Amino acid sequence: MRLQILDSGHGFGTRTLFALIRAVSRQPVLDVIKLVKYRPDYYGKPMSVITQEAMRGDSAWSVADRELMAAFVAMTNHCDFCVKAHSAVADLAYRGEENVAMLLCDPTLAGIVEPLRATMLMLRKLTKEHSVDADDMRDVLAAGASAQQIDDALAICFSFDVIVRLADSFDFSVPSTEAFAAGAKYLLARGYR
Amino acid sequence: MANIGKAREALLRRVLEGDGKASTLERRAAFNNSDLSEPLRQLVDEVALNAKAISDEDFNRARQSGLSEDQIFEIVVCAAIGQASRQYDAAKAALEAARGD
Repeated sequence: MRLQILDSGHGFGTRTLFALIRAVSRQPVLDVIKLVKYRPDYYGKPMSVITQEAMRGDSAWSVADRELMAAFVAMTNHCDFCVKAHSAVADLAYRGEENVAMLLCDPTLAGIVEPLRATMLMLRKLTKEHSVDADDMRDVLAAGASAQQIDDALAICFSFDVIVRLADSFDFSVPSTEAFAAGAKYLLARGYR
Repeated sequence: MANIGKAREALLRRVLEGDGKASTLERRAAFNNSDLSEPLRQLVDEVALNAKAISDEDFNRARQSGLSEDQIFEIVVCAAIGQASRQYDAAKAALEAARGD
């Protein structure tokens, strides 16, 4: 990572936790964990409340759909770390019913059912152009998404618009597929707290 | 239904107004991506609009300007949250406009 404090500036208790994670998972500690555990009162804790609510709070979107949206926002932002991390969680959450990599590789998102597809297209425009207008929202509503579902999707987009920027800015390492798989199991079981 | 309103307010209060190593003016300027001089201007603008393009050299220039790693950490966090907030607020306003039809 580009800041040494994020690699090795944690307190004794956190370093002990990292040693435990490495021992139990047999994988390196993901850089995103190092980030949220560094001075957690400043960024990690308050941000985790938002991400947990967006990704695991009550919503008409399934957890799998929300992880797919997170991976999609990451892909639109060209963030390799977040794409791999959240594609792995979405794959687990869909339990083999969907092939997330294939869904995401089609720019028209043709394999995704409405209203999720329309919602994701709106999120892509928001991410690429930094804004959307009322007509864009009317399209999503017409596709069958409720206003609350759109609101929930915007919460996911907010979280990942922050996280992908930090991943690229601090230069997160992209570890092995096995490390992401271990992280995905944890995120699916425990969430983002 | 997910409701991140209060949690977002708490996050913004913490990163912008709470205790920190960077001044509240610097953190607010990073959040707004405005009123910054080099080398922070370029770093913050890239975090907001083209984070993929950030290089080690951007961070080295920030260090050489006298900023500590903790100050750079806070400024980068504020820049990322600021851009995400502008996009979120724009989309929420568009949704409200569509619902008002």
